[in-house]
Amino acid sequence: MHPPLSSQKVNLQMQGITVRYGSFIANDGVNISVDHGQTLALLGENGAGKTTLMKVLAGIIKPESGRIQINGKEVQILSPIHSQQLGIGMVHQHFMLIPTLSVAKNVCIGLKSAGYPFPNILKVENELIKISEKYNLQIDPKAIVSTLSVGTQQRVEILKALYRGAKILILDEPTSILTPQETHGLFGIIKFLTGQGCSVIFISHKLNEVMEISDRITVLRQGKVTAEISKDETNEKDLSILMVGHEFTKKRTIKPVPPEASELVKIDRITYFDERKLPVLRELDLTVKKGEIHGIAGVDGNGQVELAKVLAGILRPDSGRIFINGNDVTKLSPGKRITAGLAHIPGDRQRLGLVMDVSLGENFILETSGKEPVSKHGILNFNNIRNTSKQLIKDYDIRCISVDQTAATLSGGNQQKLVLAREFSRMPKFIIAMQPSRGLDVGATEFVHEKLLEQRENGNGILLISTELDEIFELSDRISVIYEGKILATLSREVANRERIGLLMTGKTDV
Amino acid sequence: MIGDLFSFLTSSIFEGFLTASMRLAIPIMLAAIGGIYNERAGISNIGMEGFMIVGSLTGFVVSYYSGSVWIGILAAIFLGILLGLIMGYFEITLKVNQVVFGISLNLFCVGLTSFLFRIIFGITSNSPRITPLPTIMIPILSKIPVIGPILFQQTALAYITYILVLITAIIMYRSAWGMNIIAAGENPEAAETMGVDVIRTRYYAIIISGVLCSIGGAFLSTASTGLFVQNMTAGRGYIALAILVIGRWDPFGVFIAALLFGAADALQLRTQLFNFDIPYQFLVMLPYILCMVVMIFFSKSSRAPAALGEPYDRGGKKSEI
Amino acid sequence: MFNKADNHNIELEFKKQRRAETLTAAGSSIGAVILALIIGAVIIRLLGVNPFDAYRALIDGAFGTKNSIAETLLRAVPLAITGIGITAAFRASIFNVGAEGQLYLGATSAVCVGLAFPTLHPAILLPLMAIAGMITGALWGGIAVLLKLKFNANEMINTIMMNYIAIYFVSWLVHGPIQQPGSPLGQTAGLSDNAILPIILKQTRLHIGFIITLLMVLLTGFLIYRTVWGYQIRVTGKNMFASQAAGIKVKWVFLSSMLFSGAMAGLAGFFEAAGIQHRMIENISSGYGYTAIVVALLGQLNPFGVLLAAILFGGLQIGASTMETAVGVPASAVTLIQYLIVILFIGRKAFSLIIQQMKKNRKVAA
Repeated sequence: MHPPLSSQKVNLQMQGITVRYGSFIANDGVNISVDHGQTLALLGENGAGKTTLMKVLAGIIKPESGRIQINGKEVQILSPIHSQQLGIGMVHQHFMLIPTLSVAKNVCIGLKSAGYPFPNILKVENELIKISEKYNLQIDPKAIVSTLSVGTQQRVEILKALYRGAKILILDEPTSILTPQETHGLFGIIKFLTGQGCSVIFISHKLNEVMEISDRITVLRQGKVTAEISKDETNEKDLSILMVGHEFTKKRTIKPVPPEASELVKIDRITYFDERKLPVLRELDLTVKKGEIHGIAGVDGNGQVELAKVLAGILRPDSGRIFINGNDVTKLSPGKRITAGLAHIPGDRQRLGLVMDVSLGENFILETSGKEPVSKHGILNFNNIRNTSKQLIKDYDIRCISVDQTAATLSGGNQQKLVLAREFSRMPKFIIAMQPSRGLDVGATEFVHEKLLEQRENGNGILLISTELDEIFELSDRISVIYEGKILATLSREVANRERIGLLMTGKTDV
Repeated sequence: MIGDLFSFLTSSIFEGFLTASMRLAIPIMLAAIGGIYNERAGISNIGMEGFMIVGSLTGFVVSYYSGSVWIGILAAIFLGILLGLIMGYFEITLKVNQVVFGISLNLFCVGLTSFLFRIIFGITSNSPRITPLPTIMIPILSKIPVIGPILFQQTALAYITYILVLITAIIMYRSAWGMNIIAAGENPEAAETMGVDVIRTRYYAIIISGVLCSIGGAFLSTASTGLFVQNMTAGRGYIALAILVIGRWDPFGVFIAALLFGAADALQLRTQLFNFDIPYQFLVMLPYILCMVVMIFFSKSSRAPAALGEPYDRGGKKSEI
Repeated sequence: MFNKADNHNIELEFKKQRRAETLTAAGSSIGAVILALIIGAVIIRLLGVNPFDAYRALIDGAFGTKNSIAETLLRAVPLAITGIGITAAFRASIFNVGAEGQLYLGATSAVCVGLAFPTLHPAILLPLMAIAGMITGALWGGIAVLLKLKFNANEMINTIMMNYIAIYFVSWLVHGPIQQPGSPLGQTAGLSDNAILPIILKQTRLHIGFIITLLMVLLTGFLIYRTVWGYQIRVTGKNMFASQAAGIKVKWVFLSSMLFSGAMAGLAGFFEAAGIQHRMIENISSGYGYTAIVVALLGQLNPFGVLLAAILFGGLQIGASTMETAVGVPASAVTLIQYLIVILFIGRKAFSLIIQQMKKNRKVAA
């Protein structure tokens, strides 16, 4: 394998890139340019077209029109492997790794230069140790990927790109899975790489990070470039306006929860072991009061998914008890908990929240199909279903043609509205909201937040589990930090700040 | 005592049981080894039963007319490629429901072979026969007690099977192509970004699977018995699917698991000969019951390739029935 | 977004599109049948027989006389009734390939009840036999789902294994404990007149089971499309995780769909034993449990479609023997055509794919 970085200077330009999905224009004549040793930040909200643009560069999507130049030479990127040959390496938001194979094997899949038909794994491992030491990546090339932490897997992705000769490294939302401290470490690596002459394209929607790491910033909104500026010429406020089209209206004025508000949900020393018999939740304690949003901050993979599932009754805890309104619901099925007033907005709405291949009407009755007035004596009342569905579509402004179309035909935001409409129409008392704005644009996110606050106003308790600190800070009355299946601390809205929460997210309690 | 044990282990009855165990294991083993390729590549092959019965008939008919069992097996290989391609087209290109298609293909193949056999040989009272492959005793090795009869008193096709087990292990764990297969079966999207052609890899895998299943079927008619009987695979293609789970998609695991089934089958056949007071029906059931019981023990802990049964679409679309 | 009139138009457009889709779906089943018959004609021609003569004999044998129509409908009974059971299971994504074994056991236990109470009034005895058959079939199928729920064991493989086990078990029974005394054959003694299904069409064998089949098709259609149970089966089959999270008892849905499926297979066994053989025999089914799978698929997992597919397959099977005697084409050619129909139906997407490709090529050429 070639040395990962040559002294050769690189320059990349994309001009007039247009990508369409059906009638939807994901990229509309986008221009970007990045120089040798530079970090370019690609800033934009969810759905602005950042990832699409980078997939063009990675050879996954072919643009409808536009030109790409590397070192002044026009190129057609034909495939992912061709993109890598051109010196482009992409670290995807969802890791492109094979969990059952070792780091070294992951690095050389599809690479004939590692030895063909029998790759010399030993040689690859030695080379990887050298690269890993050079950039301080701290990776054991013999390790099986599935045994590594998320942060380490991200470094494996960087190592993979470097080994494959990347001179332009694309990082797609790399910090969304990292603690503030890990993010700091990643930035160190990025600075080291650019110092060695590598170019980095850093995709993010977090203004503070963009301001910290980038040299130049390109802002995308609805598939178009709204600005291309040097970091020194701008500030967070200007960027936010460029990004969303209007200024952030931060800090709502919310009536504080009266301290004497009664306890709605009590989670008492819940422990849960996963299939591999590893503890995912460890004696976790938590309470939610009436009329309160209790935010759970934490880095992805610290037990949030399991906590939500245990509360919803999908997973059985190995020990501990759960009370709603003083009633022990630990042994109740999901159905009985729903009857007891629980609502669940799952993180993976397409898998856990909706049945994509059936109609909107049939999705609305997923939880209530056995109850009056949806059905009587086991027979469905279609009139009732149609009318209720139409009403909900109107109330929640779900953009659709007919109640008979399938959920799969809706956009992500409308799918989430469908879930909210269904859950909230049952008049729940306790709501688990898991990553409720994931993948949504600003408008839909705003809508979801308003609906959650509306539920809070109605005196219902909400457990908001999110890895987005902005969302947690914006909505929560109290903030708890989950780390390795335990609640490390619970802070009130007034005393919580980013730094403190960030440290807690890394497991440091002695601050 | 030890002398008694030794003389039992080397008695002709017990040695006969041991050779029969491997002989009965080989067809299932071949099919399951084929299954390793396609399932590791993320595509299921419920149609193994059908592939096997077609291999049985092809191997038999071509051997019968050409006078050479090897030409018969070659023909079975050719049909295996063809069936693999058809299955690839349905499951990879058309992305049909893999279970539904596999079940239907099996029924089709059983119907097809009955029809063709009837057309070719008509209705005859004495069924046509061929001379099956001879047993080759490996010098010295075949004399080792227990191991000798199991491994080294077999037909040439059995020895080829051992080699195929080894080759499969080398491909899966050492070769670049094996890594491609595993990548395509665990995370096809990632595989594609690393330069693996998932579609092509899966096509190759299903074709290899087709060939091995077909040889497995041909073994039944050309090496074990020397005749063709309607529906003679008798569920072995489905047992091979279970063997994959029990053997954890590992060539050696599959080897052992298939041998276990061969032994159960040999045991029940031998018991029938001894005229014990057990109705033969209960003995014939034994391999099927064993299959269920062992599956119960292994299903919970055995982990299938993550993308098994999920069609891959470069645009990221899902399939429908 | 849209004004009201626009909205209305869009909804109409959507409805039109949906109707077109339904028609295309029905068309694809019919297309598969026609194409398979054409391929069958080529095969028949290769055998040296005029395909028109062969098909004429086939249709004549299936629908030519009152008796042949009765025989066709009679053959459709086990296929339809087992097929609607399989429909319910497949809709829940439970792949029940075990209808054959469920049918055998159902038939056996129905006959055992019939033999045990030969003097009971038919109005009591026949329902008792039916219930015995249904319960047995349901329980036998239920085992496979219980193993799936408890041990994650694949129900498709297990139901296949259980077919072999059931058929050998029945073989032992009819050669052993319940064999007709003095008979060398694998069969029980004949059922008493009280235990035999009444004929509904004189001078034919068409029995009341056909009427019950029609009623069961209606009932199943109602269950699947109109009831909470059917709804839960449909959504669980599409996405069991979301269904479970929404409080649907998915384990019960899986189990109950299989119980229903097994009960239908058992009922079919009862019809065969009490309606046609009038005793239990070793080979009571010539693969009805398997053919019913393709009947269910061709009927697009819709009970009414399943009934039509069953009558079609019944006709093909009955006509096949006439065809064999008349023109010498082996009846197994028809078996082949049957399965070809389903393969073509499953691969129907190939046609639109090929047309797309041709259009693309033409564009490139132009």
